[in-house]
Amino acid sequence: MTTQHRYIPMTEQDQQEMLQTIGAATLEDLFRDIPQSIRYKGTLPMSGALDEWALLRHLKELAGRNADHETTTSFLGAGLYDHHIPVVINHMISRSEFYTAYTPYQPEISQGELQAIFEFQSYICELTGMAVANASMYDGATALSEAAALASAHTRRKRIVVSRAVHPEAREILRTSARGLGLELVEVGFQGGVTDLEALRSAVAGGETAAVLVQSPNFFGCIEDLAAIEPIIHEAKGLLVVSSNPLSLGLLESPGALGADIVVGDAQPLGIPSSLGGPTCGFFSVAEPLMRRMPGRIVGQTNDLDGKRGFVLTLQAREQHIRREKATSNICSNQALLALCASIYLSVMGKQGIREAAELNIRKSHYASKRLGSVEGIGLPFGSAPFFNEFVVSLPEGASAKELNSKLLAEGFLGGFDLGSAYPELEGHMLVAVTEKRTKEEIDAFAAALGGLTKEARA
Amino acid sequence: MSSHEQLKSAGIIDVKPEKALIFEMSREGRKAYSLPVCDVPDEEGLEELIPSSLLRKQPASLPEVYEVDVIRHYTELSRRNFGVDNGFYPLGSCTMKYNPKINEDAARLNGFARIHPYQPEESIQGALELLYVLQNDLAALTGMDAVTLQPAAGAHGEWTGLMMIRAYHESRGEKRTKVIVPDSSHGTNPASATTAGLDTITIKSNERGLVDLDALRAAVGPDTAALMLTNPSTLGLFEEQIVEIAAIVHEAGGLLYYDGANSNAIMGITRPGDMGFDVVHLNLHKTMSTPHGGGGPGAGPVGVKAHLTPFLPKPVVGKRDNGSYFFDFDRPASIGRVKSYYGNFGILVRAYTYIRTYGPEGLRRVSECAVLNANYMMARLSEAYEIPYPGVCKHEFVMSGRGLKEYGVRTLDVAKRLLDFGYHPPTIYFPLNVEECIMIEPTETESKETLDAFIDTMIRIAREAKETPELVQNAPYTTVVRRLDETQAARKPVLNCSC
Repeated sequence: MTTQHRYIPMTEQDQQEMLQTIGAATLEDLFRDIPQSIRYKGTLPMSGALDEWALLRHLKELAGRNADHETTTSFLGAGLYDHHIPVVINHMISRSEFYTAYTPYQPEISQGELQAIFEFQSYICELTGMAVANASMYDGATALSEAAALASAHTRRKRIVVSRAVHPEAREILRTSARGLGLELVEVGFQGGVTDLEALRSAVAGGETAAVLVQSPNFFGCIEDLAAIEPIIHEAKGLLVVSSNPLSLGLLESPGALGADIVVGDAQPLGIPSSLGGPTCGFFSVAEPLMRRMPGRIVGQTNDLDGKRGFVLTLQAREQHIRREKATSNICSNQALLALCASIYLSVMGKQGIREAAELNIRKSHYASKRLGSVEGIGLPFGSAPFFNEFVVSLPEGASAKELNSKLLAEGFLGGFDLGSAYPELEGHMLVAVTEKRTKEEIDAFAAALGGLTKEARA
Repeated sequence: MSSHEQLKSAGIIDVKPEKALIFEMSREGRKAYSLPVCDVPDEEGLEELIPSSLLRKQPASLPEVYEVDVIRHYTELSRRNFGVDNGFYPLGSCTMKYNPKINEDAARLNGFARIHPYQPEESIQGALELLYVLQNDLAALTGMDAVTLQPAAGAHGEWTGLMMIRAYHESRGEKRTKVIVPDSSHGTNPASATTAGLDTITIKSNERGLVDLDALRAAVGPDTAALMLTNPSTLGLFEEQIVEIAAIVHEAGGLLYYDGANSNAIMGITRPGDMGFDVVHLNLHKTMSTPHGGGGPGAGPVGVKAHLTPFLPKPVVGKRDNGSYFFDFDRPASIGRVKSYYGNFGILVRAYTYIRTYGPEGLRRVSECAVLNANYMMARLSEAYEIPYPGVCKHEFVMSGRGLKEYGVRTLDVAKRLLDFGYHPPTIYFPLNVEECIMIEPTETESKETLDAFIDTMIRIAREAKETPELVQNAPYTTVVRRLDETQAARKPVLNCSC
């Protein structure tokens, strides 16, 4: 059988003709610049080749060993949510003119991607209430670290104050990048599910603070009082950085209207599958004065020689390939295809749909919170704080969220995030997410299952 | 005058119209969504659930369109875009190879696309196995001992690698802060060094475009943290003295970082680990055929030798004696986390799928054909363009368009003229050390006929530059817009539609 591969057109005859044109006798001649001492002899110990059918079977077998959202009922969020994804999104992002293209460096043949990004930037500005947005970042968590870097460069200060109600993984990444940039991180605790404002005030007063970083809705689902946080940092001449869930901004006041200087977040709730956590899409938006400090790519509108509207990558003097070691960020890509998902999602939802989707999340999660709160032994420790689509429940004394989740899985549920794994003081607490997809029946069944299992544990 | 303008002035067609923004298509009352019903009690006003002070005063002004509008809009945008599936895309250093369709099918399987990273480990064993095997496959391919799959892109991998290098030196009580890069390096190299808290020293290349050993010897010292090198380089040249280079850096106490952007040249032929590198990143969106997506997502896994494994970002995927897989968080010397969750899993699924369509022998053939294609193009194009570094190249090569300057034609004009023939132009004006640079990378998935047709077009454009330079200077003619005013875009930024 032939060893010719379906992705490679080179035939034996092509090879001979091409070598002849080059003036080389053998293929080996083309590799004569690689010393023999470092040549790999033999066959690499890697996974072997499979034919198309066998490979599909193998992949389906691997995929089949994962409990997916089609076969489980998810109450798991913690930054990634099981929202309905309108069917048109996959059809549009599967157009290979989009997904097989590189960065739109040749604008004349990339107007489609450039316009899509321009519209994405417009959508993000609408939701966040900010003046400008970039073409997207790796994810919401890395976007938050980039915001801290920007704030530090802008204020020429090294101190970053971050709320412990910010996603634990975002804070972990922040710690890694703060070490790289030489930033000092100060964490502030929470009270009743939201950032402790007294502690925040004294942390900001404790030194020259570049920025305060908060998340709203925060990791516990609670909505932060941004109007109260804003003066604390602005009086100290630092920046307010807010990480937000873009779907919540369909109904919640935009951080821009509340005085934020930088608003970031993850666009996963906008039509992006959870995919074990990636790829998703970070967004990054700033107030006008920070425009030229923004990291990443930016698309701008202009005209062509005939005066016709067109779009180009712009403000590139900020970027690493021009600034090299003077750059404040090394990012040189964006998550274009996922930004496209988000744009299509927002086009589908429109002005009314985004409000309705947000409202459904609020109503269903509030119903679930009442329902779970009435289960014997389960409490709502942050019950007085307003929340979007996630809330914290306390489990009965001695119950382990991890063990409970394994048992819930056997009953077809993905239970809530085990908060004890990230907050020692919240051992025995679970973060429950309820999206528009969850039906009353599912919520009731989940409450019953949780009640049954915790009762069993207590007995 | 463009052909469209001629047709327009003859009254045959209207000029190609501007494409409306989705916001401009909005009509009050239209909708494209279908949301689940509210089956929970909804008598309470929204303000009873969320204090009105926290609610938006102004609704976000998103467009109101119906489903057909959405489909036609994005279909039209896609038609105004050019991908590998549209035609030859010889963009140097970007490895624009064919993106296999099976990769897309694999990543969309529910068991991969619809799973949550915080699910109980026992419910994602298939995903963990894929990650574990991919870690090992990439380690074998690069000659490294361990791999992290967390970084989201090449630049992200560079920064991750440099953070590990920094942690390694610090763990030995050494303060080493200098990263050496050649002048032909990608701009991310020095930018990554800066964001890792390290300083960059740029060294000149020699007349062959390779690392100047004397310059390297002069640059290394007790403060050397690392040398960052792409091998083959951005000029498409293999560093023949790589063994000596590695010895110079290691003897000075520094480490070697391999920028894997150009790995498509060497798979199965030589490995960074065997060349003496300590840290490697790979761009799966280049070498491993995962689609570029119009600028992302990518994935930039990083491999390290054993002495650096304690510093890998956490978690890594481990395998227990009983055969089950787990996330290993118990890594006290780790630099920490660099990306939320476990990296761009959907891209990792595609890369794994790709590896399994080839196996190790197949991947070696990939590199052989990529190198053969590049050398063939270089040989044929040398008749019309200056080749600054003759000899053999690897997967890509550079030419100079400076011979056309006397006719008033720049490399940019050549690139724009290529658009009229249905090609994506090569990379231009990079690397910075070649005047009027044109950098071509054909990849292995292009046929001899495709290469010949492109070469003939390049030769034709060189002839046009001499005979009818204005034809080239005013190109393109066939695209939906003509050359765009980039100065205006930067001077008076319009960055959203402010609808």
